[in-house]
Amino acid sequence: MRLTDAEAAMLAPDAPPATAMAMRILVETGKLMGAESLVPITCAHIDSCIYFGDAGVLFAERLRDLGGRVSVPSSLNVGALDLLHPDLVRAEPRAREMGKRLMDAYVDLGCQQSWTCAPYQAGYRPKLGEQVAWAESNAIVFANSVLGARTNRYGDYLDICAAIAGRAPYSGLHVTENRRASILIDVSGLSPALLREETFYPVLGAWLGETVGSTVAAIKGIPADVSEDRLKALGAASAATGAVGLFHVIGVTPEAATEEAAFAGDAPEEVVPFTAAMARAARDKLSTTTGDNIDCVALGSPHFSLQECRQLAALARGLRFEKPVYVCTRHDVFEALSESGERQALEAAGASFVIGTCVVVTPILKQTSGVLMTNSGKFAHYSPALVGHAVVYGSLADCVRSAATGRVERDDSLWQ
Amino acid sequence: MAVTRRGKALIDGAAEGEVLRVAAPLSFWGGVDPETGRITQPKHPDHRACIADRILALPHIIGSSSSSTILLELIHRGKAPRAILVGEPDAIIALGVLVAQEMDFGSLPIVHCPLEGLESGMRVRVQQGGRVDEIA
Repeated sequence: MRLTDAEAAMLAPDAPPATAMAMRILVETGKLMGAESLVPITCAHIDSCIYFGDAGVLFAERLRDLGGRVSVPSSLNVGALDLLHPDLVRAEPRAREMGKRLMDAYVDLGCQQSWTCAPYQAGYRPKLGEQVAWAESNAIVFANSVLGARTNRYGDYLDICAAIAGRAPYSGLHVTENRRASILIDVSGLSPALLREETFYPVLGAWLGETVGSTVAAIKGIPADVSEDRLKALGAASAATGAVGLFHVIGVTPEAATEEAAFAGDAPEEVVPFTAAMARAARDKLSTTTGDNIDCVALGSPHFSLQECRQLAALARGLRFEKPVYVCTRHDVFEALSESGERQALEAAGASFVIGTCVVVTPILKQTSGVLMTNSGKFAHYSPALVGHAVVYGSLADCVRSAATGRVERDDSLWQ
Repeated sequence: MAVTRRGKALIDGAAEGEVLRVAAPLSFWGGVDPETGRITQPKHPDHRACIADRILALPHIIGSSSSSTILLELIHRGKAPRAILVGEPDAIIALGVLVAQEMDFGSLPIVHCPLEGLESGMRVRVQQGGRVDEIA
């Protein structure tokens, strides 16, 4: 790998030890990614702050104890604790202590206490063409696709190493040529009614991830006024079921004003029509059970935006939930909802807010098995393995009605 | 007949053991229990198989960017595979081992090589430089 003099100095014996350790990991991993140089970055999003085990804590504390400090603005992903509702998390005292130690170490390294998996809705919005190092698969795909920033699919450890070094391996999605689409997904044959529904987008995303893996696809036929929350849900599902780091939506996302732009003038290598039958099959695949029973509803993966919380509040007006409803979001959204009174109304209906963390990364659910209903493709994909729950996938309205009646209520008419 | 494969060592090293040939791409995060090494991804064809102490052969890694965490935890707990043979190069999984090396937790070879003919139960020897030999 070619390094600048400044980069070589960061690896020298007299370099600050945390910087040198971060650079060693970055350069060795960069070589494996096929990078021939590093690229300066403007910001980082750090996912290593979720506690899974002691090794990650020891690593962060080692960097801190060696004097490490991030050199670019660095937001933090969710932690293992809800700092506002400490009793919500059912972790053992030791896991709680280690989770807190990990969070503290990243704050000590100079990271900002954003505590969200949707930093792009919390003011961390790199601009078109900006080189960044982001971790958390949904944040990565959003940064690349919707914002047009450039990041590879960084994971734990590389994120903080890049943040300390202020650099990322120059390869993959950092490089213009690798950002053009090669597959065209055509959804224009679907009914306009389906394309208008929020519940369509996680389904498309889940199918996309399974179908294209890590290939860059361009999607044709999505309404031009599609909301950011829907693109968020699409990307999150695609990055959970596959390894999607970037997708384009023709006429919507910044590198795909036209089909020609999305494919950089080339013809698509493959054109795949996404039909109503495929949509129905993909939607059915997101559920792992077909019974009527549910034990809880989980919302907010990625973290619900203020807008999504308001939609929930409107749907829940006048209802009383028979089953627990968990709403995962960020601190500033919680505060805005508290000011408007919507937080209090939702809590009175029986909803619980989960702030700065989420129900699949830390023990919050009351049971270790059961049936979880969600409108999130990402929750649907991960809940069976991470929290032992079978899944029923439905729209936000389906989830609200089901929580109120205590059994699965789904409007299937859209999918016929 | 003993077959030799020449792969590319993503992480160099030597190991010997019994192959666990995983049929479908695997998500480490949400797919492998970091305490035991068991595959927990429910719809996975190798659900409940244990990757600890095996030579894990898999087509590629999918899913979250947290795969390296799970591998680091497995190494720290002594529940990691003895080696990983991957059909597609994967820097993220190798990163878990690079961090383990920095932390003096241990190491394991990761080799990018063709997987055709590798089956669960076979014994293989992984050598420095990415050579993988089937042994009797």
